[in-house]
Amino acid sequence: MARLTGRRILFAVPVLATVTFGVFAIAAASPFDPVKAYAGTAGLTSSQDNLDQLRANLGVDRPLVTRWWDWLTSALRGDLGDSSVLRQPVADVVGERIGWSVLLAATAFLAAVLLGTALGVLAARRQGGWLDRAVRAVAYTLEAAPPFWLGLLAVWLFALKLGALPAGGLTDTGSTTITAGQVASHLALPAAVLAVSQLPWFVLYVRQGVGDALEEDPVRGARARGLAPRTVLIGHALRSGMLPVLTLIGSRVPELITGALLVETVFSWPGIAAATVQAATSIDFPLLAALTVLATLAVLLGNLAADLLYGLADPRVGFDG
Amino acid sequence: MVVRPARGATAVAAVAALSVTASACSAPGGSGEGGKGRAASSAVVGIAYEPDTLSPLLGYGKDGNSKIFDGLLTHDADMKLQPALAAALPKVSADGRTYTYKLRDGVRFSDGKPFSAKDVVFTYETILDKKTNNASKTELDAVDTVEAKGDDTVVFRLKYPYAPFAERTVLPIAPEHIAGKQDVNTGDFTTKPIGTGPYTLVKWSKGEKLTFKANPRYWGGEPKVRNFTMAIVKDDDVRATRLRSGDLDGAILPPNLVATFKSDGDKKTYAARTFDYRVVTLPTGNKVAGDTAVRRALDIGVDRKAMVDSILYGAGKEAYGPVPTDSPWFTEGTERTHDLAKARRILDDAGWKAGKDGIRVRNGVRASFPLWYLTGDKLRQDHALAYASDAKKLGIQIKVESGTWEVIEPRMPKDAVLAGGGSPADPDFDQYTLLKSSLAGNGFNNMAWYDNARVDKALDAARRTDDRDSRKAAYDTVQRELVKNPGYTFLTHIDHLYVVGDRFGDLTTQVEPHDHGLASGPWWNVEKWQPAS
Repeated sequence: MARLTGRRILFAVPVLATVTFGVFAIAAASPFDPVKAYAGTAGLTSSQDNLDQLRANLGVDRPLVTRWWDWLTSALRGDLGDSSVLRQPVADVVGERIGWSVLLAATAFLAAVLLGTALGVLAARRQGGWLDRAVRAVAYTLEAAPPFWLGLLAVWLFALKLGALPAGGLTDTGSTTITAGQVASHLALPAAVLAVSQLPWFVLYVRQGVGDALEEDPVRGARARGLAPRTVLIGHALRSGMLPVLTLIGSRVPELITGALLVETVFSWPGIAAATVQAATSIDFPLLAALTVLATLAVLLGNLAADLLYGLADPRVGFDG
Repeated sequence: MVVRPARGATAVAAVAALSVTASACSAPGGSGEGGKGRAASSAVVGIAYEPDTLSPLLGYGKDGNSKIFDGLLTHDADMKLQPALAAALPKVSADGRTYTYKLRDGVRFSDGKPFSAKDVVFTYETILDKKTNNASKTELDAVDTVEAKGDDTVVFRLKYPYAPFAERTVLPIAPEHIAGKQDVNTGDFTTKPIGTGPYTLVKWSKGEKLTFKANPRYWGGEPKVRNFTMAIVKDDDVRATRLRSGDLDGAILPPNLVATFKSDGDKKTYAARTFDYRVVTLPTGNKVAGDTAVRRALDIGVDRKAMVDSILYGAGKEAYGPVPTDSPWFTEGTERTHDLAKARRILDDAGWKAGKDGIRVRNGVRASFPLWYLTGDKLRQDHALAYASDAKKLGIQIKVESGTWEVIEPRMPKDAVLAGGGSPADPDFDQYTLLKSSLAGNGFNNMAWYDNARVDKALDAARRTDDRDSRKAAYDTVQRELVKNPGYTFLTHIDHLYVVGDRFGDLTTQVEPHDHGLASGPWWNVEKWQPAS
């Protein structure tokens, strides 16, 4: 187990270095001009001298590799640089936002896993039954629906038509304090949309896993011994049917991150997403690189967690992978 | 069943790709509750733009009226300069190069520390410092030195006589004891400002809202509206919906949505007069657009009235130059009557003869050029299309294309651009950068590469004298020259429309610039509102 973890950490180093370099290269190749983005409307009336000075101050006139290397070495010393678009240190930008993103993603993920497992088990219990057919149809439909579209639909229905839930933001517009109750009511809609967009994969995997397990010898044996169907389903079939789902949990992380970005944008959720979008469109190198590293780390950790869980849950798998 | 974990690089590429997609769709926001029954001393308004920074050192509030800060001077409702942190209007030396400001007594920053001349010197010197990333510092080009004489007097010395300089001193003053102790470009001060203004910032929740509370120490007296919130709602429809639901007390809206509030008894509509113009640049380097006959034909061949009626729903007026027709700086008699026959005659006389497809040709050059507008800007698109369709009636083909500034900028020397601008404080601000030949192609200045010696001379004369009549005469010359040789076709001046709940009584608006600053709109003087309880 320690060996697997160690090897993954070693592997992460070149991956992260490559990914950050890729971000710098793509950003440098994009047609957007970081100086224009920085200056905004003021850039439309400023002199060429002033724009040139800005270019030098922001350090965007230096070669790509130099910029990347400077960023990398100072990042390793703990200095993530300053975000040009938000006029703040990158560490502050990330610090004040990531908590809200984690809250949103974790709530949605938990809801998706729990609801997905429950629906998957129900569907697997009588494969081909009406419940199974209905659950599968809904799952396939949702699988094809982009999260931001679901988000807009939810805003339209729950916020504009029904007026049941707030359409966005972290708290009420007029309030100046952040209370748990307000955050909860504002979290409901984005978290639900994100959960629903993640749901189909869990439903379908659990359904398949539990369905397969029901056909396996140990489960058949248990049933033959006269155990209650409920015990067989939950205690035996679900246990072995959950194994592929563990891997799925790890591999859903990237989808969860991209989904969260879109959902945050739709709901004006003050998480890391707005910063990511701004960083990308303004070619804000330090911020973009830091956010990419975070996303990559989340993916690598997700995969590691999945493999470790798998190993723990099924001794036959081992930790050599 | 095997699930293969996605590899990092692919996932990250997906993140990047999707985040760009996400930015393309607008972000609706906000709740539909909490508005009704708000305390009388609270006001929530919806705005469409979010500032990049709240630090005046980086350009925030440079045109005055920033709520958190005060400048040495400020504008009243008629855009006349009034003293703010200065005790009176400045004393100007006879050569127009020395401005002396006496400061108001007993002013304190909202943290309790006294304000003094050294804060003024600090603010201007920091902005002019090369290391400060202030994109508007060009506006202070005239300043040579700024010096404190004791605690209560500040003296500016200019490199050249610059009549409108006092207009520049509306820019907000930052406290040296806070802003001087941190990185000016990225320090805390950029998001947690401290000023002398009527309001203090409670919190800036980026992308969501800015909340302010009244500054009890404000030298002008504590405002009656004690809690003031600016909700950032980029989408027009969402802003209108939140206004209707009571979540917002007021908002800026486009004309078509304002119309939906006409029958709403408890809301009032305000149309702010502006200097905000839409203009077509006719680059001198283009064989067609650079020809005086073509320029003059287009100038009288476009139907400005139709644009005001159909594009602006009447909320605006015809523009014949950067100065709106109702400004005292406007030169009477330079209005152009829409006259297709005369426009055609000008082209005929200049030798532009209609070709087989109806497009005119002269010496083998087709009367055709591209016109660019900023992608996604509906108003500019509508103006560009109307302009092209009017030009077609004259036998001039204009191909309308859209792009981002990155696409448009390299094409500016040859292609026409549907641009916008406008700065009400002084005629120098717009006209000098728009028309001065030495500024051609300098950044976004003089985008049309306009080159007219008489205009150059008048522009210089106008900024070097403080005498109002001589200045007026100089700007009259500029506007008359623009009739004879228009390097731009000015189309419209656009009213900015706002809808606000009537419990705040009758409100006023200032004449507004092109930029929708945070403090534009009826809430330009929210500190003076008297809400009914």
